[in-house]
Amino acid sequence: MYIEANGRQIEAKPGEMVLDALNRAGVKVPTLCHMAGLFPSGACRMCVVEIEGMNGLVPSCAFPVQEGMKIKTHSPRAIRARKTIVELLLSDHPDDCLYCVRNKNCQLQDLSEELGVRQRRYTGAKSECNIDTSSPSIVRDPAKCILCGKCVRVCEEIQGVSAIDFAKRGSKAHIATAFDMGLNVSSCINCGQCIMVCPTGALRETSNIKEVMDAIHDPNKFVVVQHAPSISVTVGEEFGLKPGTDSVGIMTAALRRLGFDRVFDTSFSADLTIMEEAAELVHRIKNDGVLPMFTSCSPGWIKFVEQFYPEFIPNLSTCKSPQEMLGAIVKSYFAEREGFDPKQIFSVSIMPCTAKKFEAERPEMGRHGIADLDAVLTTRELARIIKMRGLDLNDMQPQPTDTPFGERSSAGKLFGVSGGVMEAAIRTAHYMITGDEMDEMQVKDLRGLNGIKESTIKVAGIELNVAAVSGLGNARQMLDDIRAGKKQIHFMEVMTCPGGCIAGGGQPVGARLDAIKARMKSLYEIDRDSLLVTSYNNKYIKKLYDEFLEKPLGHRSHELLHTHYAQRDVLM
Amino acid sequence: MNETIETILSKYPNAKRDALIPILQDVQEVEGHLSVEAVAHIGKYLNLPASKIYGVATFYNQFRFETLGKYHIQICRGTACHVKGSAKLLDAFKRELKIEAGRTTRDGMFSLEVVACIGACGLAPVISVNGEVHAGVVPDKVKSILKMYREKDANNE
Ligand code: SF4
Ligand code: SF4
Ligand code: SF4
Ligand code: FES
Repeated sequence: MYIEANGRQIEAKPGEMVLDALNRAGVKVPTLCHMAGLFPSGACRMCVVEIEGMNGLVPSCAFPVQEGMKIKTHSPRAIRARKTIVELLLSDHPDDCLYCVRNKNCQLQDLSEELGVRQRRYTGAKSECNIDTSSPSIVRDPAKCILCGKCVRVCEEIQGVSAIDFAKRGSKAHIATAFDMGLNVSSCINCGQCIMVCPTGALRETSNIKEVMDAIHDPNKFVVVQHAPSISVTVGEEFGLKPGTDSVGIMTAALRRLGFDRVFDTSFSADLTIMEEAAELVHRIKNDGVLPMFTSCSPGWIKFVEQFYPEFIPNLSTCKSPQEMLGAIVKSYFAEREGFDPKQIFSVSIMPCTAKKFEAERPEMGRHGIADLDAVLTTRELARIIKMRGLDLNDMQPQPTDTPFGERSSAGKLFGVSGGVMEAAIRTAHYMITGDEMDEMQVKDLRGLNGIKESTIKVAGIELNVAAVSGLGNARQMLDDIRAGKKQIHFMEVMTCPGGCIAGGGQPVGARLDAIKARMKSLYEIDRDSLLVTSYNNKYIKKLYDEFLEKPLGHRSHELLHTHYAQRDVLM
Repeated sequence: MNETIETILSKYPNAKRDALIPILQDVQEVEGHLSVEAVAHIGKYLNLPASKIYGVATFYNQFRFETLGKYHIQICRGTACHVKGSAKLLDAFKRELKIEAGRTTRDGMFSLEVVACIGACGLAPVISVNGEVHAGVVPDKVKSILKMYREKDANNE
């Protein structure tokens, strides 16, 4: 079917909304509350268009196409309406752009500039708001909130958490947790997906830049940094590189220039995680342990289980996440080897994730009063400190990672995408059970951006039902099905963020679906072209076991690499 | 306290979301306010997140989330009182007590509520303190009224 947009015929699919047809044809209409794939809420009215034969302006995101309809997206009336909306929003908005984390990356700012807002037409008292800095992961600044409702929807409809909702009404309306309490005591699982959809600076990560910079400039500190598997394929976007570009070498160089004393790759400890986790799986299978086993590397998911599904706590793998494993190894094995007092070491990780900040603060993540990690930065914060130092990734010459954790398998690298941990674990579990390599390393069923992926793997006559789930709304569905006996699963990977870490809550804001696909493709290509695709063949991992850990699930591993969980009583 | 809520909830077997408001009203009727515990309990019963219940409850002016003060001040905002300046009166109380309408002072002494017509229009602007009606209250009188109740409290106990 066809419709006409600005005098041009474009194709439309019956039942779809006008906005979708326009977007597909490359006609740009601004939106503030629209969320691809979710039911339109029609809250912001930015997307209004004129339709011939209709009196009022129509919100294109919530209006279905009709054969032959004639649309004007930028009629003077439509533009005037949009401009008025922006002017009204600005009338209760702090003019804080220069001080704002979203300066130059803000949809409200962009619209105000696009629509040529040049004067304060509406003035009035601005709402009084308190900034909520209670959470180790997320800062909420309601003064900059335009009440588009996207954070509420992502939290409820994608993550199945519902930590926040609209409260009060009229000029007092705001986004709130239950009883307007701090986010830290709410059911928030720190995923940061609300930050990713927020059009303004109302939501941001809790910044740890200052602690890191202070440590770098402290002559008594030895500062080590690790970067998560997904960072090398996303940070480049902040420097104008094509989405998916693997910038591991130039990022390593930039980290050294920033003054970090050692640069490690979390993909190395992802290999270590796989050794422990695969061994744990095999142990559970052979000894009638609790199944299904769930992966434990995504801290939002862990808190989700602890508060919403405590009966599944025994199903969580006891493995710490890769960042914590490397943190623990750095302050033990590495410190010993290099002759450092662990207290002298300041350990930083660069993560795609805001929940990792929360994880690093969990009291279980350390020994003898020394935390495994001292600070966690998001990809965005990394880009900020690189820019702050006047550096640019584009000017760097690639450099290698530091020893003794110098090499990683591409299995470890796959941790960055949903399904990757599962794939990596299967490769090693297969070897541990059979003593043989798998014929086909790639598990196609577990690849791609679907929220629930399932497969059956045959290992030495055993059929293992595995699943890779991302987005906690999907995890909720799986847990309910498992509880009801509708699904027989042996091993399930869960990533809190839809698509996995490549789309984590700490990644560059504003990435579109094609960018996320490019990041995923890049990780798959790294695996395809790699000479080392299995964790158990990583010689540095072998060496670490030979020299220090002895064997997976051994005494030292239990002390350093495994943890426990507990039910959390939060207001849900 | 859980028993009170249980008793109320038992009047709503197989309740769905649409029972939320009547349940909240019943709870407030008995307990005077909606406590965190009550909301958690209702949330479990109706399978509703606490944030949503709070959102719905704050949409209406009738719900409060703190216990009532020892002296509960209701300010009439009916038409007659409005004409006679009840808005200024409310401001005066807010200023004196340093709380918003719907809240309770830290010492638990006073709570403030805005109510629709009390039905004493001839005496406008009126307030009621624990059911005791004061007529023709102008903002200047606020201090002395509060003082009176403070003294009353000190003497009685
Ligand atoms: S949210 Fe956007 S418009 Fe508001 S202060 Fe920040 S950059 Fe400026
Ligand atoms: S961080 Fe995640 S869980 Fe917390 S409010 Fe945002 S979307 Fe909800
Ligand atoms: S915090 Fe951001 S996403 Fe949430 S309603 Fe406000 S502007 Fe929208
Ligand atoms: S985008 Fe259509 S109403 Fe907000």
